[in-house]
Amino acid sequence: MTTPSGEEMPIASSDDVVRVRQVVRAAAAAAGLSLVDQTKLVTAASELARNTYAHGGGGAMRVERATGEDGRKGVRLVFTDEGPGIADVDRALSEGWSSGTGLGLGLPGARQLCDEFGLRSEAGGGTTVTVAKWTR
Amino acid sequence: MTGGADDTPIAELLRSWREPVLGRWIELVGETVHGRLSEAEVRSELTELYGLVERALEGDTAAGDELRAALAEISRGRARHGFSPTETAVGVFALKQSLYEQIRMTRDQRAYSELIDFSSYVDELGLATFETYAAAREQVIADQADQLLELSTPVVRLWDRVLGVPLVGTLDSARAQIAMETLLQALVTTGARYAVIDITGVPAVDTEVAQHLMKTVMAARLMGTHCVVSGIRPQIAQTIVALGIEFGDIVTKATLADALAYVLERSGLRVVGEPEG
Ligand SMILES: Nc1ncnc2c1ncn2[C@@H]1O[C@H](COP(=O)(O)OP(=O)(O)O)[C@@H](O)[C@H]1O
Ligand SMILES: [Mg+2]
Repeated sequence: MTTPSGEEMPIASSDDVVRVRQVVRAAAAAAGLSLVDQTKLVTAASELARNTYAHGGGGAMRVERATGEDGRKGVRLVFTDEGPGIADVDRALSEGWSSGTGLGLGLPGARQLCDEFGLRSEAGGGTTVTVAKWTR
Repeated sequence: MTGGADDTPIAELLRSWREPVLGRWIELVGETVHGRLSEAEVRSELTELYGLVERALEGDTAAGDELRAALAEISRGRARHGFSPTETAVGVFALKQSLYEQIRMTRDQRAYSELIDFSSYVDELGLATFETYAAAREQVIADQADQLLELSTPVVRLWDRVLGVPLVGTLDSARAQIAMETLLQALVTTGARYAVIDITGVPAVDTEVAQHLMKTVMAARLMGTHCVVSGIRPQIAQTIVALGIEFGDIVTKATLADALAYVLERSGLRVVGEPEG
């Protein structure tokens, strides 16, 4: 259940990560999320966008206004890339695990910060992460 | 290129086929703008370009210059409206398609011989938009980068040997790096014992920003300076907790005033109100 007015933007540079935050902030405010929830969604988006850029070799984000199962309104974000994918999803989702020099808190943190979280990835097959946050 | 037998027939063709070719061009471009421009905007832009192309091909050099200026203006506008450079150039290339279609329909023999030259002429125009687009985009990005750098990290003296670093705006990697370097440099030159890093103006603290903050605090500590991070607003505090970030033994305070009070107290200083009278 989403509006067709979704917007897709590329994530190909660290400037794009900054733009993602701005776009998500605007969408979250427009959807009526509280300041705390806006900040949570923006922070999750920042993590996921940076993963798309840094681990996935670049990709894109879709932002859409959405309605949850219980009828609450909100925002859904879909991050996709065609990068190397994640071989061990459970490990990637555990707190503190990083294949690089990060804190390893981005994926588990984004899950914690959002109301809906989905991760689809395959080694060699790219990664798609979907998150959503609903108004209270 | 003016007058007599050397007249470019393609210019004549464009003139005589103005209605169908321009019309089809507008249609082709209109299909790709997806509501980012109105039909009227597309029509007025392309009508202007078409007129300039006709005149430029007749050898009117002033029109040629004007055409390039108009294309530059259009690609700057496209860059701002979020069109990709390819979309922008393809909008120009669509003129070829429109003309091909017309030639195919009329089977005009004169036109075929002109096509190759005309085609490379339009390619050149399309590529010119590419350059302007890229330049415009780079300008937008450079402006943003400059804004960020200009805004970044004034290091202010809050008290004797106490520095303040108010961070305002988006803290991306580059800025966080600069903030750290500026602060460490200031520590060397001032010999400060305390530094207050204030993040009241930072809209979101993600793991990367947190990591930079922690590294800065650690580096300062190695240099004998004690850092306090202040300006942690409620929504940021909640987000940091949900992310699972632990600041360890780094001292954090809600406000800059709290941080300053803490630092002064640690320095053995007390702020005393003057008795009234
Ligand atoms: N889009 C992606 N493509 C490939 N690997 C990814 C992607 N996102 C996350 N990962 C993997 O999951 C790990 C954990 O991600 P995260 O929790 O954000 O930690 P960090 O980014 O700090 O390493 C990453 O180190 C990386 O190996
Ligand atoms: Mg990450």
